[in-house]
Amino acid sequence: MLAYTVRRILVSIPVLIASTFIVFLVVVNAGDPVANFATSRQPPPSKAAVAAFARHIHANEPAVQRYWNWITGVLHGDWGPSVQPNLDIGHDLFTRFRVTVTLVASAMIIALVLAVIFGVFSALRQYSAADYTITFFGFLFLAMPVFWFAVLLKQAGIWFNEQTGSQFLGTIGEKSPYLPVDTTWNEFTDRIGHLVLPTITLALVSFASWTRYTRASMLEVMGSDYVRLARAKGLRRGTVMVRHALRTALIPLATVTALDVAIILGGAVITETIFQWHGMGEMLVQSASTVDVYRTMAWLLLSAVVVIGFNLVADLLYAVLDPRIRYD
Amino acid sequence: MTDIEAPGSAGTQLPPSDHEFTVRQRSQTRLVLRRFLRHRAAMVSLVVFVLILLWAFIGPHLWHYSYRKYTPDNSQPPSWKHPFGTDSSGYDAYAQVMRGTQTSLKIAILIALGSTFVGAVWGAVAGFYRGFVDAVMMRVADLVLTLPLFAIALVISSRSGGSWYWIAAVIAGLTWAYVSRVVRSTVLSLREKEFVEAAKALGASDARIIFRHLLPNSLGPIIVNATVLVATGILTETALSFVGFGVQPPDTSLGLLVSQAQTAVDTRPWLFYIPGAFIIAIALTINFIGDGLRDAFDPRQQRVRQ
Repeated sequence: MLAYTVRRILVSIPVLIASTFIVFLVVVNAGDPVANFATSRQPPPSKAAVAAFARHIHANEPAVQRYWNWITGVLHGDWGPSVQPNLDIGHDLFTRFRVTVTLVASAMIIALVLAVIFGVFSALRQYSAADYTITFFGFLFLAMPVFWFAVLLKQAGIWFNEQTGSQFLGTIGEKSPYLPVDTTWNEFTDRIGHLVLPTITLALVSFASWTRYTRASMLEVMGSDYVRLARAKGLRRGTVMVRHALRTALIPLATVTALDVAIILGGAVITETIFQWHGMGEMLVQSASTVDVYRTMAWLLLSAVVVIGFNLVADLLYAVLDPRIRYD
Repeated sequence: MTDIEAPGSAGTQLPPSDHEFTVRQRSQTRLVLRRFLRHRAAMVSLVVFVLILLWAFIGPHLWHYSYRKYTPDNSQPPSWKHPFGTDSSGYDAYAQVMRGTQTSLKIAILIALGSTFVGAVWGAVAGFYRGFVDAVMMRVADLVLTLPLFAIALVISSRSGGSWYWIAAVIAGLTWAYVSRVVRSTVLSLREKEFVEAAKALGASDARIIFRHLLPNSLGPIIVNATVLVATGILTETALSFVGFGVQPPDTSLGLLVSQAQTAVDTRPWLFYIPGAFIIAIALTINFIGDGLRDAFDPRQQRVRQ
């Protein structure tokens, strides 16, 4: 298992390098930060200032050399120059990462738990009214644009606060800018209150698709011989379903979850924009609109590492879930 | 040459088979079509989707307001004159939603067509040649699959200036790899079939085998994937436009309309709910159509085991 893990990590390094190299070429060619600098300021900067700016962000060097300098720099903790003066990209990235991680992690956990519960229930009661209802809402949530639902939830949150006269549900930012009574408990509930609506938003779409997967794989496993054998041996249905069937049925879910991480990160960008969080979503939107090559790359590198990490965890989970799978 | 007579000529008249077998022969296409026509949710969805399509593309020519002409009425709720109301600067929302639906559908369909074409050819070539070609082509596809769709699309299309075909090209450029994987796996099994061998023996060129034999026979998974891509396409484009990196004013898309209405959910709710409902309707019908097609092409997936 350990040897396998190490091997997998080593194999993913070239993938990471190739992927970031392609992305780097795309991002470098997607815009011209120097032209942006020269035209977007009032009064227009002098020729010397423009040239200094181009030198500062390495705009005149060949892309391959820039990539090499960037990736070796990152290994030493230097994330490259931003187009914004005095912005430390590394510091910016990890501050925002902490904010986004809370959102993404809570959304994923809630979506997974609910998807397993509803998916299994749906499969056990196939073609019942409950199954049809769950399936219908699954389809509906899959077709629902995240941003539309987020705006709707935000309005509902404001309405809820007005009705109850409380300030519990936060709709702007990841925390209140100022707390009247500044205790740890208050800060905690404040964070939770701000987390509720964005988490529901982000969890919804994944919940819908993961419920469909759980249901399908549960139905598949329930028809298999070893489940019938376990029942024939006289084990109780509940025991067989949870200990024998569900375990195997979770394998495709692990794969899909890992594959969906990139989609969830994309959804987090939208969610954070609407709820005005100062997380990685805001960072991506800002760096795209200011044509900030190195800041964009920092975002994409971190998301690539997260995605690869999740795929690794999914691979290792297979062995835990299915005793027939052995890595050595 | 003298003894053998062609079957069916005067000497050995065979009885016409219709007398014995009364069941009409069904071609593969007819079977698929039949199964699809019997899929109720898919058929209803298809009708609704076609209606939306016609409305979005023909409607603007018949409607007396343009999506970019001010009307004298500001912030009107829905009425006979303005079925979807007007916004605060006096634009007729009916004309705008019609235009937005048109733009969003145009982009989504172009995404589906573009990425399906590229992905199908890519996957078929890789699956047909196997070996080194396959390894290289599939590593490239895998690499594209690792790119986060929304983030990359956002970064690239921020420079697009909002032209709809550029947005479609960017998204299609990131989604084709998935199609190529599906098509490759189908082609890998198809290429071992006898009809491919027969075509080869008859001297068919590789291109002919790929385009006339392999691709038409993997049409099932290709079509199912293409429908799913329309839904992915419309959700991605509207999200991009919502964040401000997709379609730009004065043109409009369903995502942009929702974005412009997000501060007016309470005061002018019609501006917010109607475009949102159209996105849901399109994505929902497409998903149902895709589901119906999947069942029609591959009835094995409908398991009735208890």
